[in-house]
Formats: sequence, structure tokens, C-alpha cells
Amino acid sequence: MIDQFFHLLGYPFVQNAIAAGAVIAIVSGLVSRFVVARNMAFAVHALAELGFTGSAGAILVGASPLAGLLAGTIVTALFIGALGVRVRERDAVVGVVMAFGLGLGVLFLTLYQAYGTQAYAILFGTITGVSHGDVVLLVVLGLVTLVALATVYRPLTFATVDPEVAEARGVPVRRLGIVFLLILAVAVAEAVQVVGVLLILTLLIAPGASAERLTARPGRAALASVLVALLSVLGGIALALLTNLPASVFVTSLSFACYLGARFVAGPRFVGGGRTGARTAAGDTLRA
Amino acid sequence: MAPAAVRFEHATLAFQGRAVWRDLSVAFDDGSFIAILGPNGAGKTSLLRVVLGTARLDAGRVEVLGGRPRRGNSAIGYVPQRHGFDRDLPLRGRDLVRLGLDGHRWGMGRPDRAADHLVEDAIEAVEAQDYADAPVGRLSGGEQQRLRIAQALVGDPRLLLCDEPLAHLDLRHQREIADLVGSWQRRTGRTVLFVTHDVNPVLPLVDQVLFVVRGRWAAGTPGAILTSERLSELYASHVDVLRVHERIIVVGDTADAGFEIEEPHPLPDAAAGDLDAIETPG
Repeated sequence: MIDQFFHLLGYPFVQNAIAAGAVIAIVSGLVSRFVVARNMAFAVHALAELGFTGSAGAILVGASPLAGLLAGTIVTALFIGALGVRVRERDAVVGVVMAFGLGLGVLFLTLYQAYGTQAYAILFGTITGVSHGDVVLLVVLGLVTLVALATVYRPLTFATVDPEVAEARGVPVRRLGIVFLLILAVAVAEAVQVVGVLLILTLLIAPGASAERLTARPGRAALASVLVALLSVLGGIALALLTNLPASVFVTSLSFACYLGARFVAGPRFVGGGRTGARTAAGDTLRA
Repeated sequence: MAPAAVRFEHATLAFQGRAVWRDLSVAFDDGSFIAILGPNGAGKTSLLRVVLGTARLDAGRVEVLGGRPRRGNSAIGYVPQRHGFDRDLPLRGRDLVRLGLDGHRWGMGRPDRAADHLVEDAIEAVEAQDYADAPVGRLSGGEQQRLRIAQALVGDPRLLLCDEPLAHLDLRHQREIADLVGSWQRRTGRTVLFVTHDVNPVLPLVDQVLFVVRGRWAAGTPGAILTSERLSELYASHVDVLRVHERIIVVGDTADAGFEIEEPHPLPDAAAGDLDAIETPG
């Protein structure tokens, strides 16, 4: 089996998948930390599903599905950003528009008869089937996203965990929220290549959610999140190549296993560790 | 005229067309401890936001540390009204304090010994060493408040703004937090604007009081402002200011006033104090 895998590594389509997969995993891992901390699971779903509409529309008019996907996610990101910060209103409007957008997607699907396999690819991902041109585009987009994320990393963290003080300290909280939505739009379009529209949360929630079970340190949590995403994506690609099943099957299973493992390893976090001791010590000081 | 840390001149702030407070002219002396008092919705938080530069006056002017208010002024430390942190948020108390130092800067942030020392000093100053490495969402209200103060002080501000830092704390923790801010203010000779709806925990520290009620205001020493006469005038309703055991209690006819007058320390707090006394052995 190992031999078989090394043999497969010689094929360009496998190398393409691994290169794109690695970059996508790093982007997803870092972005998912913020998705979890900012409660944006619903927004991620909206971006992915309206990306599907964009992609279906692109196929219908003979354009590149990836370009259509990106257009869909970016327009949606700008739209959500323009809605403002009230989460309740945002969720309501996003829900309404998402349903309408999906409806359009179904229309495109019906209009374009030979559409079956491509629809399947967008919905469930086909990382082992991406063309060389798309791989180059995915890697470049991924690197651009990483540079953007690195640039805003500290103020974005500040704005995420402590918006009032961040605003007072001069952090452009609202504009950073829109910048993050754009980063998220590209990350979603990238992750859709691996797991598809419907399974998007496996890469944009699970790594961040696993990481915050494992450590309270922001730096280590980012690292853990990236490692979970890398393990899921690269492991998923490897298992897909060996079994001829879709990669999404294994990516979702691996990331789910990581989350369960993280919960199991962490247990009820910090109960046996320094926290209880610290509380007692603090209590004693106060009582003394 | 003595230099003022913050000076309002004929300042009016409106919210959705209604004046929150109007024609406010008051100067807060440099190096003094100022309590900003008044019922909920009186615009106390908005006043801090104007000083921070995150809200704008509708009329009049304000001067902060000799200049116009501007967002991101590193000479101002800010303790916002309390909001909890998610229990699972991967953020230690130490990280929260660090954000107060350089969280507004672009980039990822590199290891920085000097910054680590400043953070450590700030944590020690509020005696939070024991829990500075625990996830901040799992700390008690009093512990979070100490770290908030460390976060505000880590940049060595000239002006400290505290928005209801005593809310939701029991009497003992209220006193500890008030003493912490008070001793910093005395040690450094800096200025503190302290928003609170109960003046008692900070009464020994206060140099000057600004009392805001429904668009009206009064400023001066606590002795001059916290009297039945002045507050009745301010509330436009009969109000009694009682002094009991060196504490000030404001009691009013709320039905007449059409709004509620905050009574400091409602029953549960007093009961908690009694329980503590019973539990103390010997």
C-alpha cells in the first residue's frame, strides 16, 4: 500500500492535488480560528452556497467554474459586510438571500443539461481532479490570502476578542471585519475545491474548534488548527488515492476524528491543571 | 487656570435626535480622581466615548490632554463596561493584557522581551499572577476586572477611563478594584474618570463628581453635589441623600420622577456581606 502510494506520487495530478491541498489546509486552519471566535459558521455556509450559484452560472455561460465560485463568494462577502454588524439582522438577511441564491443555482443546473458531474464536483469537491492551471491559481490565491491574514493578524485578533478596547485603541474594527470577510471568501472558494460546498464546515470550523479544546494560548491554537487542517486534507487526499473514494469522505472523517480526539485529550479542560490551584490560591489571598 | 486633563465647553450630545446631555461645561483637573454618576441611560458611557474619540459631540467642544480627542490615543487607558469572554476562547489573561500594549499594530507580532516585561509588571501591579495563564473566559468577574485594569495600565496612560468597573461585583471585590485604581492614581498622579452608579466604593478617593441626570448635570466636590438640595434640583423631583455609616444613599420618589433612581447596594449585596461575616470563623 505504501509502495502504491509512492508510485502515485509520481503522477502530476497527484502532485497538483498535494500542493494545492497543503496551501488550502494552511489557509483554512488559520481562518477557521477566526470563524469560530467570531461565530461565523452561518456566514461560511452562505458564502459557500452562493459560491455554488456563481459557479453554476459560470458553467452555464461557459466561463471557468472557479472564477464563478470566487465571484460568488466575494460578492456575498461584500454584501454581508454592507449589512452591518447586528448579528440578528445579518443572519436573517443572509438566510433569505442564501435560499434565493441556491434556487438560482438549481435553475442553472436544470438549464445546463450536461451538468451532472460538474455539479457533483462543486457540491462535494474534487481536489484530485483539478487542472494544473487551477492549481497554480489556487496556490497563488492561497499565498495572497496568507499574506493578507498575516498583515491584519494582530489587530484582527484584538477586534475579535475585545472590540470595545480595540476600537478605543484605534483599530478600524468595522473595516477589519470586511477585510476578514474578503479573506474568508477566498478561503471558502479554496476549501470548496477539497470538500465541496456542502461539507465546507469540516475545514472552516473543525480545525479551529479542535484547537481551542487543546490550548488556551493563541499562538499554539493557531498552530494546532493548521496541523488539524493539514492532517485532514493531506490524509484525505492520500486515502482517496488509495481507495478511489472521494477525498471529502476522508477529510470530513479525519477532521471529525481530530475534534473528538481533542475533546477526549482535553477532557473537561483545565480542571485538573493549574486553574483549580490558581483559584484556591487567589481565594486564600483574598481571605487572608 | 490649572491645566485640565479633560475640558468640556458647552458640549451637547444627542442620540437619535434627543439630547443625552446638553450645554455641559466642566473641567477635570489633571491628576484628580473624578467620579461620573447618574442613573442608567444618563449618557455616562457616551461621555467616555467622546473622550476616547469614538463618539462626536453634536455641539460645543471638548479638549482631552490639551488636544482634540482622537481614537487610538495611547495616553488614554480604557476599561470598558464588562462583557464576558467565551469560556473556550483561547486567550489567557496575559494575552489580553498584551493586546492592550501592541494589539493595535499591524502584523503578527514577534517575540519581544521588553513587551513581556511590561506585561508581567502590569499583571503584578494588579496581583493577577496566579491566574494570568488561565483562559480569560474561565475567570471570575473580579479576576477579569483586574486583568482589564492591567490591560488599560500596561501602556502607562496619563488618563484612565473606567466604565462601571464595579458592576456585578460583590462588596469586597468592589472595594479591591476601587483601591487598585485609587492607589495607581495616587502613586502616579495621573487622572481617572470613573463611571459608576454607586459612589460609595470610591467615595474616599474622589476629588470631583459629575452627576448627570436626563440631560442635566452638576459638577463639584462630592460634599457640594451629593446633597438632597442639589440632587432634588437635578432630578426635578424630591430626592433625599442619606448619610449612613459613612455611606451615601440616594432615595427618591420614583413615581413622580418617571424614572428610577438607583439605590446603591440593593438587598442581595448586603445579605452577602452578612453571610461572609457569619462564615468567618472565630
